Amino acid sequence: MTHQTRRQFLSTGAGLVIGLSLPLGARAQSGAAAVLTRDDVSEGAFAPNAFVRISADDTVTIICKHIEFGQGPYTGLATLVAEELDARWDQMRAVSAPANQELYANLFFGLQGTGGSTAMANSYTQMRQAGAAARAMLVAAAAEQWDVPLGEITVSDGEVRHEASGQTASFGSLADAAAQQSVPVEPALKNPSEFKLIGQDLPKLDTQEKSTGKAIFTMDIAREGMQTVVVKRPEVIGATVASYDDSAALEVPGVVAVRQIPQGIAVYANSTGAALKGRSKLTVDWDTSNAETRTTDQIMADFAAAASEPGVVVEEAGDSAAALSDAAQTLEAEYHFPYLAHAPMEPLDAVLELKDGKAEVWMGAQFPGIDSGAIGDVLGIGAENVSMNVMLAGGSFGRRAQTSPQIGLEVSQIAKAAGGDGAWKLVWTREDDLTGGYYRPLTVHTLRGGLDAEGNITGWENTIVNQSIMLDTFMDQGNSEGKDPTSYEGSTKMPYDLPALKVNWVRQKSPVSVLWWRSVGHTHTAYATETFLDELLEMAGKDPVQGRLDLLKPDMGRDRAVLEKVAEIAGWDGNRVKGDRAYGVALHESFSTYTAQIAEVSDEGGMPRVHKVWVAVDCGVAVNPNVIRAQIEGGIGYGLGTALFNELTLGEGGVVQQRNFDTYRMLRINEMPEVEVAIIQSDADPTGIGEPGTPPIAPAVANAWRALTGTAVRRLPFTSAGV
Amino acid sequence: MTTLTVNGQDVTIESEDDIPLLWVIRDELNLTGTKFGCGIAQCGACTVMVDGMPRRSCVTPVGSVDGSDIQTIEAMDSPEAKAVQAAWEKLDVPQCGWCQSGQVVSAAALLQMTRQPTDEDIDNAMAGNVCRCATYVRIRKAIHDAAAALEG
Repeated sequence: MTHQTRRQFLSTGAGLVIGLSLPLGARAQSGAAAVLTRDDVSEGAFAPNAFVRISADDTVTIICKHIEFGQGPYTGLATLVAEELDARWDQMRAVSAPANQELYANLFFGLQGTGGSTAMANSYTQMRQAGAAARAMLVAAAAEQWDVPLGEITVSDGEVRHEASGQTASFGSLADAAAQQSVPVEPALKNPSEFKLIGQDLPKLDTQEKSTGKAIFTMDIAREGMQTVVVKRPEVIGATVASYDDSAALEVPGVVAVRQIPQGIAVYANSTGAALKGRSKLTVDWDTSNAETRTTDQIMADFAAAASEPGVVVEEAGDSAAALSDAAQTLEAEYHFPYLAHAPMEPLDAVLELKDGKAEVWMGAQFPGIDSGAIGDVLGIGAENVSMNVMLAGGSFGRRAQTSPQIGLEVSQIAKAAGGDGAWKLVWTREDDLTGGYYRPLTVHTLRGGLDAEGNITGWENTIVNQSIMLDTFMDQGNSEGKDPTSYEGSTKMPYDLPALKVNWVRQKSPVSVLWWRSVGHTHTAYATETFLDELLEMAGKDPVQGRLDLLKPDMGRDRAVLEKVAEIAGWDGNRVKGDRAYGVALHESFSTYTAQIAEVSDEGGMPRVHKVWVAVDCGVAVNPNVIRAQIEGGIGYGLGTALFNELTLGEGGVVQQRNFDTYRMLRINEMPEVEVAIIQSDADPTGIGEPGTPPIAPAVANAWRALTGTAVRRLPFTSAGV
Repeated sequence: MTTLTVNGQDVTIESEDDIPLLWVIRDELNLTGTKFGCGIAQCGACTVMVDGMPRRSCVTPVGSVDGSDIQTIEAMDSPEAKAVQAAWEKLDVPQCGWCQSGQVVSAAALLQMTRQPTDEDIDNAMAGNVCRCATYVRIRKAIHDAAAALEG
């Protein structure tokens, strides 16, 4: 397929296409390869809208505007289309959408992007409408062909049927005729009671390829004459190249060239092995005049001192100062949270092919339009000459949602520095990943709480000190008033009835770049608020579950339901310690999803051993319960390993001290707890599931640990808290 | 000049002897199912079978396995491997999928040596394979299911 024909396919979003058809025949029968590439999708397919293609071979392909890196949008969005289309699950396929900011906009963002656990929530109505529109056009085509009234036609399990005459047709056989029908503007949607596929544990579309090594990721792309490029980057964040010597690198067989680019020194080679070997032979002197040269201990001390500076009051109710001074008992605590790396298993990478003023790009872009724009600018060809393939990506957890188009800029600078046409694959190593910045912000929380003589919480103050993720980036739309909710979300709008409360944010700056990391602000706010609350309840002599239930505002029904449910499935009886096991609870809403967890913990050599976690979650309509359970399991593993082991520290002169998985250690299978998930039945529109499993696990474990040992852990990870 | 048997085919390798087997497999032989995760044998994403034993290809200089028989995820067709992959599909184990080739190779190797592994056997055999998505609950269950299927 040529560039031109691919573009034709891409430009068909709004209308219908008639034309040649590529054979996809084998797929529908075999059930193989449910994840397609753009070249696989038939050009002649029936295209009722930007999201659905129905081919003559009876396959239904959804064009997924959200990147698939494990959270299940290919399966989830295909389910929505299949439901309203009344398709068979085994005829469904998925392909990623190209870059198109309008057609494939995230309806919550106003531009194309994946993040904030919004894929299902923003697509729920849109994708159902896409399926319903296709169904209506198939029905209209059948009515015309059979000359029967529209109302007598039924559709189920991928078959269009006229009961009275006994005529039936497959979607594929009607595809050409359906393409001639007018597109319904607002097709009727099913009532949730009519759902057949939504709510079922449908098998995921991408499982088979990912179990057999056949799934194609960015790093797996090869192009004719392609060179692999690795970049030598500074060990101190914010440093720039002062001078370099590439003579030894150029002697390595397979190394083709060495070029300076704004990001560092790029080594071009015929293979990854040669590129890495060449890079190891480079000598670079760095200019650190604009770099972060403080140690993280110094940064933490500076941030803690800044807690007494005036910040921005982001939430206030009553007179918290008076409440604290009048309190019968008070508690104060300072919490320290480190920088964290996302460490997706596939390190960052991209492939760019430049030919005759047009670029084709393969990458795991979370904001593909932003990357396309940056690439077009750097190469001087404009975004309209950049064709973006959004690839399956080996994890992200926020890392690929860049507030600056980091990878797009880097790969295009590599192409520009090479000069002329060609193809290049940019590969980051694990060392590049861990030392490259874009961390979860290092954060200090300072909390004060007051109790009256009866043990009621009368005053609550929280000051959060950290860097901003969004301010001064393209995400800052100019109406922020100096506030960045991602810095403190979860410490405001708590579900508890706290009569006098003040939440304050003090922004700090550093050359260390920061980024959203699975559940963003909730990573630290859930920990600080839910462990501090647990201590206050203990001071008041209250049960952690009942104490929270009593404290919930009357209208917090969904919080109440998940807390009651998790207590029920965990068999909570008010005993925080039983034998050598202790139990801790945490409740936290994030991304409009409500989650409560209870962790069962013992002391294994001075560190928490987490045996089991019970979870109740309310994310609205459970489109695919199996995917929801998987995300809760994964979110718990991600949050637990981090709370136990992970911190990204800067040593003398600002040098990043963790360079690979030997020092930035991942949770392993022998450390993974059993996880039991209860999903609250709901007819509410679905909300996020990729992130909400993460925030409650660390405070649940810490609360159990305090019950077991008496030690309140106020610095993460547990290893650095001296546990 | 290194010669190998890879997935049943004899191949002569052009890369220098000190280049890791991983990059030879991926770049020179175009077998991209084997993945790069860390480069220091800490994550297991690069696991392949070398003369019947699981090996981390990212720290294996290709010259050190001259004459060896290499099997990658693309050619895992033993009854154990097929049972593992069937269980993986049934339980929808993968999330992002990047580590799963290594997980499947390690799990199949475990079942070849231990037909009915205990949880402790699974911990010992699989603790070298990191899954950042933490699909561990399902990996454990899938290995037990695959063992049961082989028995049945």
